[in-house]
Amino acid sequence: MATITTPAQQRAIEMNNLARKQRSLWGDAFWRLRRNKAAMLGLGIIITAALLAIFAPLIAPYDPIIQNTKAANADPFFAGTKYVDSNYLLGSDQLGRDILSRLIWSSRISMVVGLVPTTLVFVIGASLGMAAAFYGGWVDNLLMRFTDVIYAFPDLLFLIIIMATLRNTALGDLMGGLILMFAALAIVSWVGLARLVRGQVLSLKEKEFVEAARATGVPTRRIMVRHLFPNALAPVIVSLAFSIPGAMLAEATLSFIGIGIKPPTPTWGVMINEGFIVFAQSPWPVLLPGFCISLVMLAFTFLGDGLRDALDPRMKN
Amino acid sequence: MPELLEVKDLKTQFFTRDGVVHAVDGVSFELAAGETLGIVGESGCGKSVTALSLMRLIPNPPGKIVEGSIMFDGQDILKMDEDDVRAIRGNNIAMIFQDPMTSLNPVLTISRQISEALELHLKMDRAEARKRTVELLELVNIPSAKKRADDYPHQFSGGMRQRVMIAMALSCNPKLILADEPTTALDVTIQAQILDLLKNLGREFRTAFILITHDLGVVAGMTQRIHVMYGGQIVEKADTGELFANPKMPYTWGLLRSIPRLDESRKAKLLPIEGLPPDLIAPPPGCRFEPRCQYRREICSQQVPELRHIPNSKPDHEARCFGTQEGGWLVDTDWHKDTGSARELEAIKAEVADLPPEVKRAEAAQEEK
Repeated sequence: MATITTPAQQRAIEMNNLARKQRSLWGDAFWRLRRNKAAMLGLGIIITAALLAIFAPLIAPYDPIIQNTKAANADPFFAGTKYVDSNYLLGSDQLGRDILSRLIWSSRISMVVGLVPTTLVFVIGASLGMAAAFYGGWVDNLLMRFTDVIYAFPDLLFLIIIMATLRNTALGDLMGGLILMFAALAIVSWVGLARLVRGQVLSLKEKEFVEAARATGVPTRRIMVRHLFPNALAPVIVSLAFSIPGAMLAEATLSFIGIGIKPPTPTWGVMINEGFIVFAQSPWPVLLPGFCISLVMLAFTFLGDGLRDALDPRMKN
Repeated sequence: MPELLEVKDLKTQFFTRDGVVHAVDGVSFELAAGETLGIVGESGCGKSVTALSLMRLIPNPPGKIVEGSIMFDGQDILKMDEDDVRAIRGNNIAMIFQDPMTSLNPVLTISRQISEALELHLKMDRAEARKRTVELLELVNIPSAKKRADDYPHQFSGGMRQRVMIAMALSCNPKLILADEPTTALDVTIQAQILDLLKNLGREFRTAFILITHDLGVVAGMTQRIHVMYGGQIVEKADTGELFANPKMPYTWGLLRSIPRLDESRKAKLLPIEGLPPDLIAPPPGCRFEPRCQYRREICSQQVPELRHIPNSKPDHEARCFGTQEGGWLVDTDWHKDTGSARELEAIKAEVADLPPEVKRAEAAQEEK
């Protein structure tokens, strides 16, 4: 049976469909993010680095650990010196290891070191921050004073102490020191997020929709997870986007000092550390990993900035 | 017939730095199943706190229900444990809040928010809950409900959001709906629609309503009975018609006089109630309205009037006023003509001019520092 619609009705339906374009808050934010060129560039670099990390064994031309002393200290192809070795695109270090392969493999460590501690930070920081804000009273006091203590301690010093004391224990040996590194970075940096989440939830829980949820009989825990947390998520995401490069940089710093990831596992920090020995002869073993660190750092900063703008509801354009 | 709700001597207080605020001070009332009740009073008189007390939603600290009982369906809400109260909230008693712009969670779709109560209380699964949600949205006249269910609150207008709130309140078929100033945040044309909707749905589902408002015009066409609150107490109880035709409390007279009327001549002046609402930390020792009452006598500031039946009125008409009660000096007063003693009015104005409480309070705060 055909339904009869007058032209007026037809137009009303069309208008309705036009106005009814589905766009969620997150969809909106993503749309804004996509229009931000710097953020997209950052995202592109990050995705490239991630792909390199994932497919490192397939992409890297050499094993990053195998030494070939005969071909040591080769310069990269663009250096234009007589030490350029066509077998080693970006040259080799003093032990004759291929720098390109080592850079590619290093991105694995950097990505993992960026992501795993940040995930830990997210879990610890968000749950403690939410608990403190929502329960208030002595719970809040206890958690926040504990947070203050850790906050007051200089990050790098704390990291150095943990890494220096525990590096040579069984924990420090797990996966070439990676596990210890994850733990140390997470312990140092969850506090900022906990404070952020607490502040967010404190202001959100006074909102009427929380009272409305209570009046509907929603249990406390569910209010926290379903109603408060998604509302607090935007600044949390931004904060996490900035904490990833922070963790990467901390790893590089520690490895550079020599108390980070244990050699021979290649990381950018380790490479700079080892390159320093021959810096007078050839700057490339230091400059190349340094460039990689800077690039990824910059990429995350661009993305973080873009996310902040995209998730800020006041930036409607 | 057993009452659905029986509130006895409810006292809710807030313990603040400046002292104990007697926000609700001995409120008692009953409500039968399917009945509609209006609670009227100016801001700060304890209406909303009464409503929140009924659902035990008073933030504690600083608030606390210190006395009284709230029998709902034969059970005392104040004696239940937290889980039992939660099972009642949204399920047997639902609430509609004042500001629909802020009472919906901005990051959840409309459908998720309405489904929540259904999933929690009626144990529906997602698909069932969604189906019911669409039905509810259709019930409150949301056009193309199926599509709009997946919208976010910011895509809805104020009136539509309040419809969504009503749909949420109705979702579990509650026996009682508390509507706290449901139309205050809406513009007048939408107000009428929302009130109409509430009225019709209440009738259809035989839901009891408590409509809380400062606007006598809103309750006039909506409720069977009206309780007037002042200073944390109920000062007058009557049938809606009776209250408008034959009010028996100077405060109610003042309220009625301060409403503009279409049928009055354009020259007729609106008479405001002079003075300021009582300080609920240290309420007046006698009648709470005495400091602002133009009909006051000496007894008013010395003794506390009880809520009593009033002569020359319907049997269930009660008021808290020495003047209109048996043997009082206002029994035969026609409030339209006699606006009280001009001398007392001047005295009230003078008192307010002399002692602005804000100034006093500000001074007290200064001293504390």
